[in-house]
Amino acid sequence: MAELRALVAVKRVIDFAVKIRVKPDRTGVVTDGVKHSMNPFCEIAVEEAVRLKEKKLVKEIIAVSCGPAQCQETIRTALAMGADRGIHVEVPAAEADRLGPLQVARVLAKLAEKEKVDLVLLGKQAIDDDCNQTGQMTAGFLDWPQGTFASQVTLEGDKVKVEREIDGGLETLRLKLPAVVTADLRLNEPRYATLPNIMGAGPKASASGNGSADVAPMEAGCRRLGQGRPVNRGLPCAESQEEED
Amino acid sequence: MEGMVMRPLRGGALLRRNFLTCLSSWKAPPRIPRSSQSEALLNIANNGLPYAPLQTFTEEEMMLKRTVERFAQEQIAPLVLTMDENSKVEKSVIQGLFQHGLMGIEIDTIYGGTGASFFSSVLAIEELAKVDASVALFCDLQNTLINTLIMKHGTEEQKATYLTKLATEEIGSFCLSEAGAGSDSFSLKTRADKKGDYFVINGSKMWISHAEYAGLFLVMANVDPTRGYKGITCFLVDRGTEGLHIGKPENKLGLRASCTCPLTFDNVKVPEANVLGQIGHGYKYAIGMLNKGRVGIAAQMLGLAQGCFDYTIPYIKERVQFGTRLFDFQGLQHQVAHVATQLEAARLLTYNAARLAEAGRPFIKEASMAKYYASEIAGRTTSKCIDWMGGAGYVKAYPVEKYFRDAKIGTIYEGTSNIQLNTIAKHIDAEY
Repeated sequence: MAELRALVAVKRVIDFAVKIRVKPDRTGVVTDGVKHSMNPFCEIAVEEAVRLKEKKLVKEIIAVSCGPAQCQETIRTALAMGADRGIHVEVPAAEADRLGPLQVARVLAKLAEKEKVDLVLLGKQAIDDDCNQTGQMTAGFLDWPQGTFASQVTLEGDKVKVEREIDGGLETLRLKLPAVVTADLRLNEPRYATLPNIMGAGPKASASGNGSADVAPMEAGCRRLGQGRPVNRGLPCAESQEEED
Repeated sequence: MEGMVMRPLRGGALLRRNFLTCLSSWKAPPRIPRSSQSEALLNIANNGLPYAPLQTFTEEEMMLKRTVERFAQEQIAPLVLTMDENSKVEKSVIQGLFQHGLMGIEIDTIYGGTGASFFSSVLAIEELAKVDASVALFCDLQNTLINTLIMKHGTEEQKATYLTKLATEEIGSFCLSEAGAGSDSFSLKTRADKKGDYFVINGSKMWISHAEYAGLFLVMANVDPTRGYKGITCFLVDRGTEGLHIGKPENKLGLRASCTCPLTFDNVKVPEANVLGQIGHGYKYAIGMLNKGRVGIAAQMLGLAQGCFDYTIPYIKERVQFGTRLFDFQGLQHQVAHVATQLEAARLLTYNAARLAEAGRPFIKEASMAKYYASEIAGRTTSKCIDWMGGAGYVKAYPVEKYFRDAKIGTIYEGTSNIQLNTIAKHIDAEY
């Protein structure tokens, strides 16, 4: 019954293993020349979409990313993992700093309607801002049901059963499609993009082109006032004992 | 950050948050140092004009490098210690190499290969060597020696028979050296006598890498010793052919997970169809292919040295003696800068030789320079790293001593340093 189409949102973030440095003027963290990769939870979302496609429950996977030009790399990774098409919503580097969950959710909602998808998959949160908002807001804009913190996703005809990891334990929801699902850590273990898939992602990416900015206007989002290291309160914690260099 | 906890859970390893984080077991994934982040993406709009720095990669090369890096960190790193101790490579590692297309990087996709460039092989070998030089050797020999030989000189039938297997499941072994023929490889004594439509091979080989795991052997034997080296021919011999005996693996100083065995050929019958290329041209093929092989070894030594260096620097930035970080002693800083410069030079030599080879331009001198230099500085870098780590560098609980042992073979195999210098001098002679 492979008629379903899925939209997977992927975010380009600073790689988890990089040592974060705060900029000297304390307006943010250093991102220039720093290694970036796909948000780990987004990888899990892509993997889930690809598995659904392999089970022939989903027909097409569209990967979308909002941000500066380098987001193309992230989309290509998604394509190499098994997505069919990529959409890059280009945001100039200067404005990308102010891009927050609200703006991204608006974009995703518009795209989901435009592409007529049945399932929107995202990671539960990004490892740089830890907002945990985009999925929920997207569902709000679309007025679709949402299953967040998913640790298991099962498609059942026109419904999707989502097992959620919540504070009290596990909660199982049955949502009517179309729906928004955000992936939690234990949903699956993402595959590596194999080399042949990486080579094959090239032709795929060039077919997608950029989703243009007519999708959603970027209004001024939140403005970051300052960013710095946490104050050392003398507590035994390995992180706070690392020296600032 | 959640991301920090997540990755180790996936790999099954534990991230131990010790006070001196660097003294945690080397099974924990290390931080990505800034030094190895100087890559940029090739601007295709430039038509790839060579004004770009050597460390400029295409998108595919960049993705490949990243993927191999992750694969090496997550799937190979936890097993390195046991593989070294037991002198045995884990099956899962070999399977992983095949599954990720790392054993058929340049093989055409119609045969099930990856269809990528030679430079991609170099990058893959370098990334693997940062974690384990033995595993990198599997990737290197298969891609630069075995696959190249068959792709270049194989008939359509031979390619169809072997290339797919080599890309997906079978390891190949290159058999040239003998007890009496090392640097002087063309004085090899293994004979191949023609008997009807068969050749019968008799003789023995020594120092043959991966013989224990290989399914295919490329054997260099002489069909007519009276013609000297012009009788050397390359034969494709399948494992299990009667008369082919694989000896016990050597107990080596380094590269222990890569098994090295002697072979004996006792009236091994090989059909005429299994001659690779032309009879008597084996020496030409060997020389030709060893040129690219040199760049591969340079990449391996480069990765090894870089991996060792990347492990050591965070340590000396954390360790404090006499109230000062080791890294803050100027004497040490000078040593570190010296080694880092040599590493950079080796990288540029290697990348340039690879790009020259890809461009179809002459690269033999550059390849020899790259191999010679990379292997020499790998030895020096690893030795220095042990010095900087102090006692911790001397024990097997930390990986530095393994890098040191593994580096030694670099100046010896695939053309000793002396041979490389000979080659370079020969080219210089021809230039002036």
